[in-house]
Amino acid sequence: MTVSEAAQAQPPAIETKGLTKQFGDLLAVADVTLAVAAGEVFGLIGENGAGKTTLVKMLTTLLPPSSGSGFVAGFDIVSQAAEVRRHIGYVPQLLSVDGSLTGYENMLLSARLYATPHRDREARIREALAAMGLAEAADRLVQYYSGGMIRRIEIAQSMLHRPSVLFMDEPTVGLDPLARDAVWEHVRDLRHRFGMTMLLTTHYLDEADSLCDRIAIMNRGRVVAMGSPRELKALVGPQATLDQVMEKLVGGETAEMGKGGYSDVRRERHTVTKHG
Amino acid sequence: MSGASGTPSPNMASTPPRAILGDYATQLWAVAGAEIAKLRHDPLDLFTRAVQPVLWLLFFGQVMGRVRGMNTGGLSYEDFLAPGILAQSVLFAAIFYGIAAIWERDLGILQRYLVSPAPRSALVAGKAMSSAIRGLAQAFIVYLITLVMGADINLDPVDVLGVALFIAMGSALFSTFSLIIACIVKTRERFMGMGQVLTMPIFFASNAIYPINLMPRWLQILSHGNPLTYQVDAMRALMLKGGTSALGLGLDFGVLAAITLVFTLIAGRMYPRMGA
Repeated sequence: MTVSEAAQAQPPAIETKGLTKQFGDLLAVADVTLAVAAGEVFGLIGENGAGKTTLVKMLTTLLPPSSGSGFVAGFDIVSQAAEVRRHIGYVPQLLSVDGSLTGYENMLLSARLYATPHRDREARIREALAAMGLAEAADRLVQYYSGGMIRRIEIAQSMLHRPSVLFMDEPTVGLDPLARDAVWEHVRDLRHRFGMTMLLTTHYLDEADSLCDRIAIMNRGRVVAMGSPRELKALVGPQATLDQVMEKLVGGETAEMGKGGYSDVRRERHTVTKHG
Repeated sequence: MSGASGTPSPNMASTPPRAILGDYATQLWAVAGAEIAKLRHDPLDLFTRAVQPVLWLLFFGQVMGRVRGMNTGGLSYEDFLAPGILAQSVLFAAIFYGIAAIWERDLGILQRYLVSPAPRSALVAGKAMSSAIRGLAQAFIVYLITLVMGADINLDPVDVLGVALFIAMGSALFSTFSLIIACIVKTRERFMGMGQVLTMPIFFASNAIYPINLMPRWLQILSHGNPLTYQVDAMRALMLKGGTSALGLGLDFGVLAAITLVFTLIAGRMYPRMGA
């Protein structure tokens, strides 16, 4: 399928106008305006504290915006939050499966939270587990899963209700290259089957380059550049890499303002330990 | 291939009330069902928690039973004490329930709940029901022990069901109270302190281990504002042969049900903010 055709036929899957989040003095997300077409894979890249996660949390209704507006799957993220939740899947940066339950029980928990019809439940869970290569591990406690398996079951959980928009926040952080590849292979497969819109954040520029139709580079809460990987690289010159683009646009500036502090590092390390 | 992306399904708005109720029950059960699964995986906790009530009955009960002049309404002190200690063991488990919620928040599991379309009150009611289930399982063990120790237990099935109902209500009430405290203090360390501070007054300013008419006037007033008093009053009437309710079962039920409802509504508002 071609993305541009789909984009013209349907309203944007994600649309924000001047979306802003302020924590005290810190402007975590500043005046972000963007539109993601239905079926598109959209990447958010930027350093720690650039505002990626805060933006995703607003779009997934976990954080109320300070100002501006946002629509996901055609619903207002503030006034129609429940409808937004019904239509999205979210794989958070933090661990979100319960280690003291088996893979199947975690899936059942999600299926019930989304009130998946009872008659479809068992079949959908088995199908999702199989699609993520976890059929064998279904009845094992998740605390004995490897990092890659944990990520895969989290993705399976967030796909169970067939969302039209899937948000993934650093889905491969802390995974070794082999596990990363396995995660992406399964995600690509899902997209082929369901054609959902995807918004992902990542530190790994090679991932963004190979997966995303379009990328927004964030720095200090703002979107500083947006376009296809090729367009972005053309900003720097022929043969340029995304790393060089980042270097040029974000430069040596570090966004060490409040965010990315002790508690973030602790959480991130914690996540890494859990996933590694 | 895609199709669904971005377009709201048309049948959402016209969902019949019965289906909404059914969904609500499913979403509530999602949380409670997960708790049952955890209990099944690790039942040891139930037995270790039974140790403390046994010590109360064995040491405290045997010694205080020798004290004359306590008006226990014709019951032996050991019998009088049994429902109080049963209620206490359930209270102690429920009042620390908030810690588990904070733990889930720290891990990231809470986000999985909050990003789902489940109504916030269903999530909190599910937590309350989880606590009730745990309380009942624990009460079952303590019940057996009091039987073995020779307390004059009333085994009429309707009355036993009545005891179960009041245990479940007390457990739900104190766990939602605990959830509210967790939403306020936000960290496990602070909660530990709060939990200690709260349990003792709730326990001692009640009819659990001595009759209210033995108390000084000010403490009597305090006890009448304490939900544990109503729970123990009902349990004493239903659990023991020759037990009577001083306050009336209807009042006991009404007070516990009303407070649980109010706490659930308050917690339903506060719980989502804990995840942000």
